[in-house]
Amino acid sequence: MNDKTDIWQGTLALMVLKTIESMGPLHGYGIARRIEQTSGNLLSLNYGTLYPALLKLEQEGCIASEWGVSENNRKAKFYKLTRTGRRQLAKEARDWQQATAILARFLSPSGDAA
Amino acid sequence: MKRFRAWLVRLAGLRPGGRRDRELTDEIEANLQMHIDDNLRSGMPPEQARRHAILKLGGVEPTKEAYRDRGTIPFLENLMRDTRFAIRHLRKNPGFACTAVLVLGVGMSASVAIFAFVDATLIKPLPYRNPAGLVGLFETVQFCPRCPLSYPDYLDWKKLNKVFTAVDAFEGNGLTLRTDSGAEVVGGALVTAGFFKTLGVAPVLGRDFRAGEDSPAAPRTVILSYAAWQKRYAGNAAALGQTVTLNGDPSVIIGVLPQDFHFAATGPAEFWTALHTTSNSCYPQRGCHSLHGLARLRDGVSVQTADANIKLIAGELEKEYPSNRGQGGSVISFTELEVGRIRPILIVLLCGSGLLLLIASVNVTSLVLVRAESRRREMAVRSALGGSRARLAGQFVTEAVVLVAASATLGLVSAKWLMRLLIGLIGADQMAAMPFLYGLSLNLRVLAFAAAISVAAAAVLSIAPAWRSFLPDLRKGLAEGSRGSAGTTWRRFGANLVVLELATAVVLLVGAGLLGKSFYRLLHVDMGMQPDHLATLRIAEPDATRGNNAKVVALAREMISRTASLPGVQSVGISTTLPVHGGNTMWIRVLGHAFHGEHNEVGYREVSSGYFTTLHAKLLRGRYFTEADDASKPPVVIIDRALAEKYFPGENPVGMQMAYSGATSPPMQVVGIVEDIKEGALDETTWPTLYVAFNQDPDDHFSLIVRASNGEQALLPTLAAAIRRIDPGIATFDPRTMRGIIDNTPAAYLHRCSAWLVGGFAFLALLLGTAGLYGVIAYSVSTRTREIGVRMALGAQRGTVYRLILKEAGWLIAAGIAIGLGCSVAAATLLRDLLFGVRSADPEILMGVAVVLGVAALLASYIPARRAASVNPVDALRAE
Repeated sequence: MNDKTDIWQGTLALMVLKTIESMGPLHGYGIARRIEQTSGNLLSLNYGTLYPALLKLEQEGCIASEWGVSENNRKAKFYKLTRTGRRQLAKEARDWQQATAILARFLSPSGDAA
Repeated sequence: MKRFRAWLVRLAGLRPGGRRDRELTDEIEANLQMHIDDNLRSGMPPEQARRHAILKLGGVEPTKEAYRDRGTIPFLENLMRDTRFAIRHLRKNPGFACTAVLVLGVGMSASVAIFAFVDATLIKPLPYRNPAGLVGLFETVQFCPRCPLSYPDYLDWKKLNKVFTAVDAFEGNGLTLRTDSGAEVVGGALVTAGFFKTLGVAPVLGRDFRAGEDSPAAPRTVILSYAAWQKRYAGNAAALGQTVTLNGDPSVIIGVLPQDFHFAATGPAEFWTALHTTSNSCYPQRGCHSLHGLARLRDGVSVQTADANIKLIAGELEKEYPSNRGQGGSVISFTELEVGRIRPILIVLLCGSGLLLLIASVNVTSLVLVRAESRRREMAVRSALGGSRARLAGQFVTEAVVLVAASATLGLVSAKWLMRLLIGLIGADQMAAMPFLYGLSLNLRVLAFAAAISVAAAAVLSIAPAWRSFLPDLRKGLAEGSRGSAGTTWRRFGANLVVLELATAVVLLVGAGLLGKSFYRLLHVDMGMQPDHLATLRIAEPDATRGNNAKVVALAREMISRTASLPGVQSVGISTTLPVHGGNTMWIRVLGHAFHGEHNEVGYREVSSGYFTTLHAKLLRGRYFTEADDASKPPVVIIDRALAEKYFPGENPVGMQMAYSGATSPPMQVVGIVEDIKEGALDETTWPTLYVAFNQDPDDHFSLIVRASNGEQALLPTLAAAIRRIDPGIATFDPRTMRGIIDNTPAAYLHRCSAWLVGGFAFLALLLGTAGLYGVIAYSVSTRTREIGVRMALGAQRGTVYRLILKEAGWLIAAGIAIGLGCSVAAATLLRDLLFGVRSADPEILMGVAVVLGVAALLASYIPARRAASVNPVDALRAE
């Protein structure tokens, strides 16, 4: 457990958005599981932290929720991406890729640090 | 944008109601179940499956809490909870809540209302373009620092100055308007053509005067005030181009002034006509001063520079013309001219209301402190249960804010009401002299002021109890209960507050006393006449007699005899100017005395034979005028005591001759000396005055003065009707009683206003101060019940108990009075300019205030002392 990485501040929202985009409408538990799986079980996710994050995204208008029925016939709240959310996702993904690319240049041994 | 949207949603989340909570519970429960299902499917035993799922969630309750925090705004939610709690708390203590809100509300309402007056007068700019660049021009002579200009001097100043972009002249004057039913005297002003351009005011309808429209050859034109346009032409644009007859001259209406335009210096003028030098015999003469100057400073020129330039020009004119001897010039900021007189009074009133607000806040603070004291246990318990200091202090802040918000609401509503009341008290005459007060309103500046004092009050009310509560460690509150050392600390602290209250009350009482005494002195100044039972009416003779002295005199005689025969009339007199009004002056010389062209300036009025007897003046020597003193006889004059003493020192003037300083003036014989009559303002020393026989030197504008046996007020309409029956072309105006005139002079009026207002503040301050003292003593008695019981059980007499309590009160009262008197002597110097006939450190007033406050305060502390003395020692001891 201990060698698992805690989630970085601010990246949870991006992960949630990306997960919903690739999976389609999904409930909170599904999102949490999916994030863990995608990370190859390297991330330790406290499922409880997901709900405020979902609420924040909903308040910002990036996702919308409605009650539905899960695959094993349980009543659950499903989240889906809105148009704003799609735009937000594209933007944040671009920013993130840019940031990591820059960092990668610094960190790569063959990189020209000067 | 996204963030804003999120805030809005969270703000909406503040709405109480459990729907979102329930939904969250459902959602978490559903997801938990799915997790457990998955765990079961992967082979975990049921117990472990559930445990694992909950662990993975990180606990149900923490999740809910994090979610709730995100759902609303935690700070605001706490605030709302505190507010609801505070309101509930106040509702449970209606006595405390009502008292506090009422006391603070009264203090705020007085301050806000007075500030609204300050705003309308001193802060709101005058309705002219760049009012700071406008100045008034005056000629100065000894004893008269702001005297009118003569027309030739105005022209020279205009030509020679290097400091103004424009110089204009104006004069407020009654004009006789010919109407269908006869004649009416209306408020009017004569202005030079550039006047409105210089002010930066453009007509809302029609046009301004054109350059040259004030030259003698130009046709007569007139601009209407907005009010006149509404009243006489019902706001119809067809008024433009119509002709009105003013003082016998047909004039064409060319424009209408804006609604918010006002100009105090002319009085409320309805008709603004271009000034024609031919319309008045005064204008061509350099020695005849009737005009006021108005000028606009060049950019970068200060009032001081302009003043120096004008003084220089006046000096040159003085050398050039004998008529300008002894005459200087003066430039004064126009804003100062309009509001300078009322500024010191407003400042005093603002200070007064500020002190009242101070007392009110101190009073409420001590109420709040007593309550905080009794809530120490509650605070200690809450603290012990984990309430953070910030959260507990937040409770005090919230309560203070709720109290202040309620007080401020009450204060604003009653301030609005108070302002209307004060405006009503001012009366039409005074409003005309202070037209800027029409701009009085609860505008943004006033609201900002109200907000500022509210914030200050809330700060005091919340900091004081919070600070007091945290001073000793909170846990002590639990250990000690409600008695003991905390009680004594509070007593000492509350006592300091009461001393502050009493001292402030003393300052206000002294102020009110000084203003009141000064007002009394002013009204009882020696008038040299009996002003009761006098009715007055101003008269303008018709166009037909104007300019013909014989006809003017004949008509005036007719008027006197008609009014004298009215029932209830004892005698009738005529004067060109009523007493208490100031008026014209003349230069005189005494024949037989050395004369080198000095300007011996004396007050001057034409009066009828009945003038002095009607006023009940006192004849010192010689005789009054008789009807026989008419144009066929050599001129005779009567002088007052001041003139006799100044120009006939050590001589008997009766029988001597004097003349005006002009070379052609015929000699006039002095026939009588009369005791000084208050012909000028009440608060100024009267000028030496010369009385000329009306029948020898008549004027077509004059005032009738009628002594009635009784009911002079009721006589006024009868008087006007009787005059108009003689000839409807006679215009009558300004029917007033002499008492009314005196009461409405600016001096009396301003004195009365300030005396009453400060008196009102002082009364409230006395009430609040003594109430505060009562509170402290009563509280002290209640905490000392046991001590008193022990004392009495050990044999103390009732008298001793009285002495014990009254001694405590006595110290506070003495300290309050002593500090207050010290402060009021200092504060009274601020009042010095407003006082008339009273020194700022008047021992009578100081003593009186000390006695009044002392007695009131002792009475207030007697009540709790009696309660203490009637303590039953057995009960007091058993209660422990």
